[in-house]
Amino acid sequence: MTSSPEPAVAVRGLRKEYGGSEGTGSTGSIGSTRSTVTAVDGIDFDIGHGEVFALLGPNGAGKSSTIEILEGYHRRTAGDVEVLGADPQRLHGRALLAWKARIGIVLQSASEQNVLTVRQMLRQFASFYPHPRPVDEVIDAVGLTQKANARIDRLSGGQRRRVDVALGIVGRPELLFLDEPTTGFDPSARREFWGLIRRLRDEGTSILLTTHYLDEAAQLADRVGIIAAGRLVDIGPVDRIGGAEARVPYVRWAEGAGIREQRTHEPARLVAELAARFGGEPPRLEVIRPSLEDVYLQLIRGAAA
Amino acid sequence: MNTIALGAVRTRYEIVSYFRQFDALFFTFLFPIIMLGIFTAAFSATGDIGTGPGGPKVSFGAYYLPGMVAAGVLLSGVQNLAVAIAQEKSDGTLKRLGGTPLPPLSYFIGKMLSSLLTGVVQLILLLLFARTVFGIALPSDPERWLDLAWIYLLGILTCSLLGIALSAVPRSGRSATAVVIPLVLFLQFISGVYLPFAQLPTWMQNLASFFPLKWLAQGMRSVFLPDGFKTLEVGHEWNLGWVALVLAGWLVLGLVVTRLTFRWIRTDA
Repeated sequence: MTSSPEPAVAVRGLRKEYGGSEGTGSTGSIGSTRSTVTAVDGIDFDIGHGEVFALLGPNGAGKSSTIEILEGYHRRTAGDVEVLGADPQRLHGRALLAWKARIGIVLQSASEQNVLTVRQMLRQFASFYPHPRPVDEVIDAVGLTQKANARIDRLSGGQRRRVDVALGIVGRPELLFLDEPTTGFDPSARREFWGLIRRLRDEGTSILLTTHYLDEAAQLADRVGIIAAGRLVDIGPVDRIGGAEARVPYVRWAEGAGIREQRTHEPARLVAELAARFGGEPPRLEVIRPSLEDVYLQLIRGAAA
Repeated sequence: MNTIALGAVRTRYEIVSYFRQFDALFFTFLFPIIMLGIFTAAFSATGDIGTGPGGPKVSFGAYYLPGMVAAGVLLSGVQNLAVAIAQEKSDGTLKRLGGTPLPPLSYFIGKMLSSLLTGVVQLILLLLFARTVFGIALPSDPERWLDLAWIYLLGILTCSLLGIALSAVPRSGRSATAVVIPLVLFLQFISGVYLPFAQLPTWMQNLASFFPLKWLAQGMRSVFLPDGFKTLEVGHEWNLGWVALVLAGWLVLGLVVTRLTFRWIRTDA
């Protein structure tokens, strides 16, 4: 992998509308209601080579629509998209397959009744790619060594999700899409998964991640983009998103009957004042820096207002 | 790996999956064998079936065998593939494959080759069952077996392609069986699989002549029934030329429809 100046993913003015020109839906489409729903309403972002970028937002914000356009599943309504130097919806035939060989996809949820074993399924998928990772190495990396010969439809939900992740990385992708990859993982499985993602990043894989676990984004992402109602609310490094004001710490302590809380740029000074006032340790003292989750919730609330 | 080699990889996994799915195994693989058993047992008292006074006679089971062979081709091809692909489309299997560099043609090769191979095993079991359990005489003339080979091959390729083409019709995996099975049953009733074709009203025979199953069943009758039975056919001959022509026509149609309609996922634009 050579480092190139252009980003792994470049998105400009991306829009996606559903409905209207869409083919006849499932049921109840007899009437002439041509209401269009705008899922993605003009967003811009880049993902650098070797960068982990997290796209965050509430359900229905447009995360999956965006990621599936980048994966080449859907056509966009407007805007420009470049993924590994190519526009997925302009690729055809051999060029499309060669492009697909360079990306890895972990879809949001897969419910297939898969009667193959973990190893059979991975061997099969490995054969689709020109330079696959060794199958047993991948099985080991996702922590399924004990289950390698178990049928996939007999695994637990969390174990199946690990199979999804394994299938996404077995082709040694340059760019990996992870759409809510850790849903159904227990806390220790999630930690192991974080380790795997860090190793992939260290090997130079660029990663686009969506997740509802803000601690996960904080742990893994170099930068995050927050979208709400199809628009990008903010974008930036994890420790700077939301601006300095959103990160002003809280000092919290018990006084009288209740809990007092005060935001301050100088928590140490406030704590010192409290210590002086109480003549010792202030009861139940806490100094809290807003987590990514706190910042996220503020931004989402701000976007809705 | 190239497209053909990947097709072989897919074939292997299709076959493994096929034999691990009990419902598919039962309804497509064993169905013709079970039906032949039921028919033969139910009508065992009816006596032999013949073309008329002085003509050749065969047992009831022998008379139904060609229809069951033809039904096996239809089930392995059309029913099995149309339902399986519609389900794979709705449960995300195809979406996942569509995100990999697997060529769609390799996927089709896997589907068709696995249908062919499982179909041939099904045919062998059916013939063994007919010969050993019901004592049905099988053709001794090698030319008949050659006819069986090309009619079977052409039939299963055509039915596989039609199954792939038909998989685009059901709007969901759950509705797939509701769309496909009545169609397949209807064809079997008008095409001389369950009911003797010669006894059907002319309009029904004409309707059936537009579809491949009638010709497939006719071709199989030419293989398994004594030559004298051709007097019961339309025009009093087996008409293998038309069998080839109609099956090939549907093969091309299936190819074109598949080429035009197949998508890894239901498109939205």
